[in-house]
Amino acid sequence: MEYVIQAEKLSKTFGEFKAVDEISFQVSKGEIFGFLGANGAGKTTAMRMLCGLSIPSSGKATVAGFDVYKQTELIKKNIGYMSQKFSLYEDLTVKENMQFYGGIYGKSNQFIKEKTAAIIEQLSLQNEAGKLVGSLPLGWKQKLAFSVAIFHEPAIVFLDEPTGGVDPVTRREFWGMIYQAADRGITVFVTTHYMDEAEYCNRVSIMVDGRIEALDSPHGLKKTFGTDSMDSVFLKLARGAARSAD
Amino acid sequence: MFILLGMPIVEIIIFGFALTNEVKNSKIAVFDQSADQASVAITQELNASRYFDVVKDIHSYSDIDAAFRKGTMKLAVVFPKNFHEDLLHLNKAQVQLIADASDPNVATTLTNYATAIILDYQDRITQGREVPYTIKTEQRMLYNPQLKGAYSFVPGVMAMVLMLICTMMTAVTIVKEKETGTMEIMLVSPLQPFKIIVAKAVPYLLLSLINIASILLLSTFVLGVPIQGNLLLLIGEGVLFIITCLTLGLLISTSTDSQQTAMFISLTGMFLPTVMLSGFMFPIENMPRFLQIISNIVPARWFYSIVKDVMIKGLGFTAVWKETLILVGMTLALLALSIKKFKIRLA
Amino acid sequence: MGSVVVNNIVKTYGTKKAQVTALNGISFEVAPGELFGIIGPDGAGKTSLFRILTTLMLADKGEASVDGYDVVKDLKAIRKRVGYMPGRFSLYQDLTVAENLEFFATIFNTSIEENYDLIKDIYSQIEPFKNRRAGKLSGGMKQKLALSCALIHYPSVLFLDEPTTGVDAVSRKEFWEMLRRLKEKGITILVSTPYMDEASLCDRVALMQEGKLMSVNTPSGIVEQFGKPLLAVRSGNMLQLLRDLKQCREVEDAYPFGEYHHAVMKKDFSQQELEACLKNHPGVTIKAIQPDIEDCFMDLMKN
Repeated sequence: MEYVIQAEKLSKTFGEFKAVDEISFQVSKGEIFGFLGANGAGKTTAMRMLCGLSIPSSGKATVAGFDVYKQTELIKKNIGYMSQKFSLYEDLTVKENMQFYGGIYGKSNQFIKEKTAAIIEQLSLQNEAGKLVGSLPLGWKQKLAFSVAIFHEPAIVFLDEPTGGVDPVTRREFWGMIYQAADRGITVFVTTHYMDEAEYCNRVSIMVDGRIEALDSPHGLKKTFGTDSMDSVFLKLARGAARSAD
Repeated sequence: MFILLGMPIVEIIIFGFALTNEVKNSKIAVFDQSADQASVAITQELNASRYFDVVKDIHSYSDIDAAFRKGTMKLAVVFPKNFHEDLLHLNKAQVQLIADASDPNVATTLTNYATAIILDYQDRITQGREVPYTIKTEQRMLYNPQLKGAYSFVPGVMAMVLMLICTMMTAVTIVKEKETGTMEIMLVSPLQPFKIIVAKAVPYLLLSLINIASILLLSTFVLGVPIQGNLLLLIGEGVLFIITCLTLGLLISTSTDSQQTAMFISLTGMFLPTVMLSGFMFPIENMPRFLQIISNIVPARWFYSIVKDVMIKGLGFTAVWKETLILVGMTLALLALSIKKFKIRLA
Repeated sequence: MGSVVVNNIVKTYGTKKAQVTALNGISFEVAPGELFGIIGPDGAGKTSLFRILTTLMLADKGEASVDGYDVVKDLKAIRKRVGYMPGRFSLYQDLTVAENLEFFATIFNTSIEENYDLIKDIYSQIEPFKNRRAGKLSGGMKQKLALSCALIHYPSVLFLDEPTTGVDAVSRKEFWEMLRRLKEKGITILVSTPYMDEASLCDRVALMQEGKLMSVNTPSGIVEQFGKPLLAVRSGNMLQLLRDLKQCREVEDAYPFGEYHHAVMKKDFSQQELEACLKNHPGVTIKAIQPDIEDCFMDLMKN
């Protein structure tokens, strides 16, 4: 099995506070990996380390084959990132946004041109390609943001609550896009507050107080905890949390 | 965008053409006690130069004093009795130059030009004579005998600091409430919106009073600029100006939604005009007509003039009532406008 | 007489050229003491509606009243009796927890003691941190403080704009439990949320999308309106299953839903034909289920 993310006893401490406490896990190529946890459980810190934005305090990890201590620049080149807040440039057009991001990742004009055309086709944005992103409805923006996050064909894409506030139909279309990306071999690492979305993941980890308390397929988790929904698995685990902070 | 690109152009034009320290057609008083051949000739030369316009209806030292108080003239040339006779018989005579030195730069420039013209005349009549005529100029710097720069910049700084603190801070703090959303909750409370504003403004009023006090203390004890006039009057005028600035800040806050914009408007819209058009850096009399007209709506111009009159020249309320009235009028107008514009709702 | 009455409210933003209709003829009524949910995604118009009802904004058309007072004319009366918690955390970040509460008590002409029993439940949970600055609180605690502040004057109607957005499942559950207890004290509560699963916690809900109310009913009433058979289907290859389901003649709509796919069926479908259509999926599980609010929302959206 080819692992795209490998973390071993990865930790981050801020003074006395162990934000992330010895987490170990692997994510394989093309997997959709759900990363759950209550606010303050340490998800964001862990994700930042994996994206090369924050140097771990101890432990080992590689992302797309690169070391999170020394090769952060290479990591950044090989991942995509999208969050609910991080959006596209609202005062650039759909096309310009794609050209801009393609340029950032050093893609050739030829590549950018073809890829842009493909995305516009896929999202049926032919009539909107020249419009400012700011004028699009939220759901479209989110789908477009995802397309831009994987524009440079990264090995992994990190999605931080990508579907917050999006209507249920668009949310499903969004997940359809995630499946397609995973099908192409892009590994998807996603956090969400929607428990039904956890079900769409191949495997789910649940963080409590800086540690990974459970890691299994949704089906396996439900079986282990003897319930029939991810919601109650999550509540069972998170209720035991000692800390709550952002 | 327009502002970013336009600002430098406007500034260059204003600085380059409009704002100059050069003296042009400045009104000067000639108090001619001898009215003889020589004094009339010199007066004509003064009048003929492009620097000066001579005003002739000055018949006593008190006329000069009055003109200075009114601020219409900044230089007086006084010919003593028997000017020409002295020159002919003693080969030397004296001219007195009295300057309003509350603005030391202007005073120095004016006296220098006048002296040069007089010396020119002296050289001309001396030509071909063995014993030269000497016209001695005696200079008197009124209000600021040592020509200290502080005399002019203390009032200027006062106007600037108050403008900056009151206008910008009021605007920014109110807009900040809009930005963080606390204004939203405040509005949905029985609290009267105007009370919110007053509550926001009062701390800055107090803060500014402390500023006035510290500026005055520093200028008196460290810079050696004495307060010639009535201290209470000075402070009273200060409070008036603070209120003007606060209402100005309020007006800005009612028309903007982000702290950045509020800051920008306060800086470019208020601060720069205060510096450039209040008469503090560049004499208003020397500005082109249109800038002089614009300077009339800059509150700091009036305040600067009040402070100079009261603090440096030691004049009383009778000398500044006009400026005071203008400031009061401005404040009321601004207040009315911002009350009208203040929204009891969000949008 | 409803506690909140909304009649044909229209609100548009922007210039004539690029006009956005935030609210497009909204009407509903909320009974006194009701816990009423407004459910819809971002951009549905929830915040605009709340701002109009809390007198912060004027509608272009239509009228509304809160507690019998008109939202335009009786501005002051309404501002005295509603509690409002905007979507963003809107307290003074650099005041402490206790100072914030004190401050809000003062501006509403009351004292913390006067209505302490109302907020005791909620405030006691953050009281240990009362000397901490509000800006340093965690998300869940900020929310509790904001709710305490909104309740300090014992409002008769409480408006909560997306109080649970971005909050984790545990805190969300706690928050709804608090709302239940407030409701028992007779306070009318209007709460907006993008989370469909929260609908079942309300007495009645309005489903909102693109400035329109698609349905106003009790949660069970909305489910009853669905009126079509719904199946949950599962197999070894879920991605292929979804594609195949969409091909089946009797399937009106199919979409992923948790670990199953939901298939909305035509009224008189036959189970055999469906099984035949999915013959490529050995071990497929098919069971008839009750729709939940999300199913209904999607159904209404598509119509």
